[in-house]
Amino acid sequence: MSDEGINEPRRNFLIGATSVIGLAGVVGVAIPFIGSWNPSAKALAAGAPIRVDISRMEPGDILGPIPAWRDKPVFIVKRTDEMLAGLNSKTSRLADPDSLEDQQPEYARNESRSIRPDVLVLIGICTHLGCSPKFKPEVAPQEFDPEWVGGFYCPCHGSKFDMSGRVYSGVPAPTNLEVPPYYYEDDSVLVIGEDKGVA
Amino acid sequence: MLKTILIPLTLLLAAMGVQASEAGYPLDHMEPDVHDQPSLQRGMQTYMNYCMGCHSLQYQRYKRTADDLGIPDALMLEHLVFDPATKIGDLITNNMSTENAKKWFGAAPPDLTLHNNLKGGPDWIYTYLRTFYADSKRPLGVNNLVFENVGMPHALVGLQGTQNYVCKQVPRLAANGGGMRDPLTDEYITEELCGNELVERGYNPLELVEGSGSLSVAEYDQVVYDLANFLYYMAEPARLERTRVGWYVLLFLAFFYVFAWLLGREYHKAFHK
Amino acid sequence: MAKLEQQLKGIMRWVDDRLPVTETYEKHMSKYYAPKNFNIWYIFGVLSFVVLVNQLLTGIWLTMSYTPTGEGAFKSIEYIMRDVEYGWLLRYMHSTGASAFFVVVYLHMFRGLMYGSYQKPRELIWVFGMLIYLALMAEGFFGYLLPWGNMSYWGAQVIVSLAGAIPVVGDSLAVWVRGDFNMSGITLNRFFALHVVAVPIVLLVLVVLHILALHEVGSNNPDGVDIKKHLDEDGKPLDGIPFHPYYTIGHDVPAIIMFLIIFSAVMFFFPDGGGYLLEHPNYEPADPLKTPNLIAPVWYYTPYYSMLRAATFPLFGMTAKFWGLVVMAGAIAILFVVPWLDKSPVKSMRYKGLPSKLFLTAFVICFFILGYLGTVHPTPMRTIVAQICTAIYFAFFLLMPWYTSVEKTKPVPDRVT
Repeated sequence: MSDEGINEPRRNFLIGATSVIGLAGVVGVAIPFIGSWNPSAKALAAGAPIRVDISRMEPGDILGPIPAWRDKPVFIVKRTDEMLAGLNSKTSRLADPDSLEDQQPEYARNESRSIRPDVLVLIGICTHLGCSPKFKPEVAPQEFDPEWVGGFYCPCHGSKFDMSGRVYSGVPAPTNLEVPPYYYEDDSVLVIGEDKGVA
Repeated sequence: MLKTILIPLTLLLAAMGVQASEAGYPLDHMEPDVHDQPSLQRGMQTYMNYCMGCHSLQYQRYKRTADDLGIPDALMLEHLVFDPATKIGDLITNNMSTENAKKWFGAAPPDLTLHNNLKGGPDWIYTYLRTFYADSKRPLGVNNLVFENVGMPHALVGLQGTQNYVCKQVPRLAANGGGMRDPLTDEYITEELCGNELVERGYNPLELVEGSGSLSVAEYDQVVYDLANFLYYMAEPARLERTRVGWYVLLFLAFFYVFAWLLGREYHKAFHK
Repeated sequence: MAKLEQQLKGIMRWVDDRLPVTETYEKHMSKYYAPKNFNIWYIFGVLSFVVLVNQLLTGIWLTMSYTPTGEGAFKSIEYIMRDVEYGWLLRYMHSTGASAFFVVVYLHMFRGLMYGSYQKPRELIWVFGMLIYLALMAEGFFGYLLPWGNMSYWGAQVIVSLAGAIPVVGDSLAVWVRGDFNMSGITLNRFFALHVVAVPIVLLVLVVLHILALHEVGSNNPDGVDIKKHLDEDGKPLDGIPFHPYYTIGHDVPAIIMFLIIFSAVMFFFPDGGGYLLEHPNYEPADPLKTPNLIAPVWYYTPYYSMLRAATFPLFGMTAKFWGLVVMAGAIAILFVVPWLDKSPVKSMRYKGLPSKLFLTAFVICFFILGYLGTVHPTPMRTIVAQICTAIYFAFFLLMPWYTSVEKTKPVPDRVT
């Protein structure tokens, strides 16, 4: 069995060309296999925006965690004036007081991290490893922090966040709590899960 | 040797194209068209207005249907969904309980998501919805040529009107298979036929009561066509994408084959040494 | 470049000292000498391997979205078809692949019958092949129940009820297989486990054995001559050629692509095959109270189903139902002993006598007729045809020792043609 008389360059070209096309074919075949792991229509439907009536919330109330957008636990907090006033008091202890990291929609990149200052909407998932932080509104010394001024505390690994969900420095969580996209349909109804004007 | 295999195979394939309803009534053929979005939209509208109360489409979501039919989500929720609690991502279900349905109709109205495929195509429903006729012996006062002793009322009767099962004067058959004519007047010699005899000779055994429905025959046929077309889409929403992807795949493979064949030929030369 | 090559060779040597990778590659690919005169019939072994890979991959992916319960199964199929991205494609690849599997395996088996590939010394290859066929039928049967459509349900009901034909233990055996007194979610659960775990493992083991046995004795060829009789000075068969790259690239790759073209054409444009690949009654959920008008198994079982129905009379004090089971089981069992039924001094049909050729032709025609009859309602006339064809089916095998030994064969050439 000899390969005499074989046109080497031609054969090599054809090997190359066929391999490249074959590889493209493999990539093509991979598309359905990879694509089928994306969230299905069912998962997307479950993650559809929800409407929440906040008209009965009193200052200081917290709603949640409610399974809202993409089935994530969402907190809605109606903050009191004192809470809002306290937001500025301890910024030196915060890692990202001005919300520079993209952890919120543009319209919530402000001191209160919200559209209406008094109503805070947050995804209650600690940015460290995904536990759900506890709401601790009391301005009182705590076991985990003698100078506690109220906010969220994650029991899993001790991360602390203020009343706007901004992370303290020196805790395991790297970034502020995430603010989901939301808008006000009217004064009392909040739509969580999409920006205004999308639908 | 190949022939011994291919010939019976062709015969087998030829035997596949048989189309008749369970009741033996020959089905009218319709050519579905999933590219015709206006038709599908009208079909859905008819479905939601006249069928949805009893027949759900529980395997399909509103969202998918809206996207495929080119209906904006908000428009769909406003005009085609009657339950305000329904969200666009929900399955197309209705609130009829199976218990009640059994009590009212004797059997629960089936879900129709896959009806088209169950019947092997849209012809069944297309014919069925056009062959209801008045029958005082039935509890609901109607019967159907395609589905004998049907337990469902004629939901579209207001559109179509009432049809009666009649006898008709039709030309007598001559020995040559054509109509028999009177040699003097050259007019057809007729005979009165009823029911199945009419069907066998290719006549419609039903007669519409003039003016009993709000639509003309042609308009009504269009409504039923759209509805059948919609159910044709519904049975396999991936159909459009399937054929589109199919062409790409075939083109790619044909291209691939050319190179693989050329390369194979290079190696094949070694066989003849 | 040369240095890199040196390093790679070093790594290969290191591995080879510990695991015979190069040796295995040479034995089964680059130094496996296949006869030069293979024709188109020799492609179906490779193709069945391609389909096997397709079935394994798409099958694994389908289990990710499938729910193996009586309540959820049917719904989850539609979930795959509508809600899962490309789910429809994965499912059609699997359902079309099931039929394609049987197409290529039947053609592969026919090749074996035609060229005497089962004859000495290849009896074990044939037996392993038949075991693969049997496992494949089991795999198809269990898998067909999983969509939990009405045809799935009643098809499985009929076949499981067959066990009831076995005297004495039959009925309790059927109940044991179902795990219930009727087909139910319990049955579905165990069939799922068998379909996705147990049978595939058996199948893979058998495929390995089939190929190992083949590569031990070497491939047969359309002339049925032994290529090892004529070796060149290096001890390589003169009529042989290394499997890789000459057959793999020279033959198999283009043929696989051609097969994929046909496969894609069916899958993308006729995925239900006019009701033969996916049957119409299977578009409604299993309903224990409503039997479909015509229960027909999927096309690849219909020849045997016809034989089952062809047994219409009791004999020797046993019921017709019992004999139906015997005939059906016998029709499959008899395939296993073909290597010992063929007494011909030649392997290939090319050199066998007229009786062999006529019997094989009649056998193939009958197999097709039986296959067709299995898809339609039985009528008295059809039953008689089925009975005649069943008789011919068995005659092909049972008379083989006689006609292969008395017929006049043609001289077999010394070298391949």
